[in-house]
Amino acid sequence: MIEIDRITKVYDGAKAVDAVSMTVETGTITVIVGTSGSGKTTLLRMINRLEEPTSGEVRINGESTLSVKPHILRRRIGYVIQGHGLFPHHTVARNIGAVPRLLNWPREKIEARVDELLTLFSMDPAQFRDRYPAELSGGQQQRVGVARALASRPDLLLMDEPFGALDPIIRARAQDDLRHIQQRLGSTILLVTHDMEEAIRLGDRVAVMDGGRLVQHATPAELIARPASAFVADMVGNVERPLRLLSLIPVSEAVEDGPAEGEPLPAGSSLRDALSACLWTGRTAVPIHRDGTSAGRVTLDAIRARAGLHE
Amino acid sequence: MSLQGPWAVLSAPGLLFAALGLAALSMPFMTLSANRIVAGDGVLAWRVADPSATLPGLAAIVAGLMLGLPSGRTRLHLAGAVLGLGGVLWVLMQGASALLDGAGDYARVSPSVGFWFLLVVLMLLMADALAAMTPRPLLRAAFLAAALVATAAILSSGALSDLSVMQEYAGRRDAFRSEFLRHLGLAFGSLAAATIIGFPLGILCHRRSRLRNATLPVLSFLQTIPSLAMFGLMIPILGWVGTTVPGAQAIGIAGIGFAPAFVALLLYSLLPVVGNTAAGLASAPAAAIEAARGMGMTPRQRLMRVELPLGLPIVLTGLRIVLVQNIGLAVIAGLIGGGGFGTFVFQGLNQTATDLILLGALPTVVLALVAAIVMDILVELARPTQTVTQ
Amino acid sequence: MKVGTVLRPALVALLLALILRPEWFTPVFAPLAPEGGPVIYERTSLLSLSLSHLGIVAAASAAATVVAVTLAILVTRPAGAAFRPLSRSIANMGQTFPPVAVLALAVPVLGFGAGPTLVALFLYGLLPIFENAIAGLTTLPPATMEAARGIGLSRWQRLIRVELPLALPVTLTGIRLSVIIALGTATIGSTVAARTLGEVIIAGLLTNNTAFVLQGGLIVGLFAMLIYDAMVQIELRLARRMGL
Repeated sequence: MIEIDRITKVYDGAKAVDAVSMTVETGTITVIVGTSGSGKTTLLRMINRLEEPTSGEVRINGESTLSVKPHILRRRIGYVIQGHGLFPHHTVARNIGAVPRLLNWPREKIEARVDELLTLFSMDPAQFRDRYPAELSGGQQQRVGVARALASRPDLLLMDEPFGALDPIIRARAQDDLRHIQQRLGSTILLVTHDMEEAIRLGDRVAVMDGGRLVQHATPAELIARPASAFVADMVGNVERPLRLLSLIPVSEAVEDGPAEGEPLPAGSSLRDALSACLWTGRTAVPIHRDGTSAGRVTLDAIRARAGLHE
Repeated sequence: MSLQGPWAVLSAPGLLFAALGLAALSMPFMTLSANRIVAGDGVLAWRVADPSATLPGLAAIVAGLMLGLPSGRTRLHLAGAVLGLGGVLWVLMQGASALLDGAGDYARVSPSVGFWFLLVVLMLLMADALAAMTPRPLLRAAFLAAALVATAAILSSGALSDLSVMQEYAGRRDAFRSEFLRHLGLAFGSLAAATIIGFPLGILCHRRSRLRNATLPVLSFLQTIPSLAMFGLMIPILGWVGTTVPGAQAIGIAGIGFAPAFVALLLYSLLPVVGNTAAGLASAPAAAIEAARGMGMTPRQRLMRVELPLGLPIVLTGLRIVLVQNIGLAVIAGLIGGGGFGTFVFQGLNQTATDLILLGALPTVVLALVAAIVMDILVELARPTQTVTQ
Repeated sequence: MKVGTVLRPALVALLLALILRPEWFTPVFAPLAPEGGPVIYERTSLLSLSLSHLGIVAAASAAATVVAVTLAILVTRPAGAAFRPLSRSIANMGQTFPPVAVLALAVPVLGFGAGPTLVALFLYGLLPIFENAIAGLTTLPPATMEAARGIGLSRWQRLIRVELPLALPVTLTGIRLSVIIALGTATIGSTVAARTLGEVIIAGLLTNNTAFVLQGGLIVGLFAMLIYDAMVQIELRLARRMGL
């Protein structure tokens, strides 16, 4: 558990981060979202003490981060930045093994860990281990950057706009990969982005920052349904709120028995996908399939009912 | 200048080299003079010896120039350059002994305009071919070693010992060796001292921008001071140090000689060492530095594992600049009694003895060239991601 | 820079005084002169030596600039592209030739006097200007060049109105390097009987008169620093105007 306790950063008399408190549960993704200058990156960098807080403190599993030397602290916290920051003169293997080497792991253990991580990120170790970062595609570089941050099994992973340099299609894949890997490893992640879409897509909880203050810290559904302020509503995008909400609800929650015409949707789709299918083909209901067999249908009425339902 | 139609099979530079080379053949190839001071008479290449002796060499020169003509055949160009150089050398050897035959005891023969011109043209042909072949660093080192071994073999074989420069050398064998060592001592010694002082200073400048902003302008102004003035200004300064600081004289610090030359060279060397060290360390990508901090590297680990390896090519480029510059500037030491090849150059200028000037200037040029090539190879080997650029 | 506004006029004044009123400095240099020897160099007027020195440098640098920029333009046109690798390796290797050696090697061909100095300064001065002009002409922003073609400028108009002005700052840096090297090499030119300020230093070295050495060294050093500074200021102003 990460506890951020009234943490504040003052630059030249101006409060970049103003008494922010929040708690991050172990094994969850919390996304900090805000416009540029909102203090989100400063907040993140105070957690691994790349910025020293002016006041307040951060506790990781009950222990204050101020009680250890900054460089020792950072070796326990994974850190991923925009544009990956890989060392251009080191191979993929050396990049991934950087923190274990700082921690003086034995060589065999580092090598095994590197191969394990490359496999986890679906990159063949034999093929990629000895390549240099410049020989990789943008998506591969980004994956190596995340693998490097995970190498020493850190208590916490901090990510600062990790997908900012990727094009939209690769970005969507990288986001999915991150979700899968986080679920598999049970990592605790704090991720900073300016993209609300990304925040809703990835976050178990979303923290919205504005002018150095934390304005709302809630689940994505709550954020969309009940934005705490006009600013948050604006960030979520008032017009698109029903669609955002639908995209969070799986069709399985609205499925009912009955017949429907046309191309079926898989059970893992969201209600937004179902709505889209209805509108596009002029249907009032779409059939839902689970593992190739029919699992019922979703009707426009059911979708409408969920989109208007603010809990 | 681009060649079109049927001419496209010919390389434009090759045509230029052939034209210049043939023109050079119509200039005096060697000079015969009555003694080492007076001006001599030029002799054309085919007149320096009996035609039967010069013909193979002349044929090789012409054939070599012709091999440079076909477009895009770089290996052929290289072969042509080597063949042509062989021809030039052949004619020179024949001429040296033939011209001296019966010309009197004090007579001197030396290479003349035509020889130098041909040498330059053929070397350019070779450089053009090598540049187009872009050999790997190690292959380049092998080329250089081969060229040096060949040069050493020719010089020590005695085939050119009739030449005037070689006679100057023969009369000064011991002096040549000691001035050579002195020259190396000045150039490399000041480089070493500049590295010992400048490298840590460069690291500090990288860390503290205020120190950098104060240091670099001063060092660049130092570098603008004309060398003769700098060497001269060191004389009163070191003279004062030598007489006032106890023990300074005992370790050789005095107003003239080695010390002021050494210090002047050291001052010139500081800017490239400090500036390039700071620039090299700053050349690491900002994201990589941020990542290094974020993963918990101490400043020292960051320096040793990230900044220094990434900046090494730039740091080495600084050392290349210093070394080449120092080899050249060390010549000035000859004017203030500091020794080195400059001693011969300025003696030669005083006595208007051309060959003595050459005896000092030619080795300096060769030394500087070799240093530049070797350092270029090292810089390339130090490039961290060289596997990528292939 | 605040330091510059005070220092610059002071150094100019010092330089002018050293050249025009050298006798003012007698008390400063006297301790360095040999007993009973002359303190101030009076064999020739320092003004005429300075003018001759600067004249040689200016002539050689101007000629080198014209030739080097012309050559750079030629090899960066499609027609001259075949010569570009060659010219690059000449510029690279040529700069490893020590200026002093170039000067010394010019003597056997051209004899003594201002001639070999001029030729050596000219030849050596070509290289940095050529190299920088090429760098300037080959690293133009592609978008700007595309725009220049797009608005219908002819090749010649592109060269005159776009390429050369954009390459000017880098070329000027080359000219500055060249001028500074020329100033220094011209000083040594007095060993081959060119009339330059080096004469004062050489005279001091030959007669063991450190006063002369210091006097000559100070004048030449001040000239170099002030000219360097002036050229840097011009470059900065130009760069600022072009928004670099």
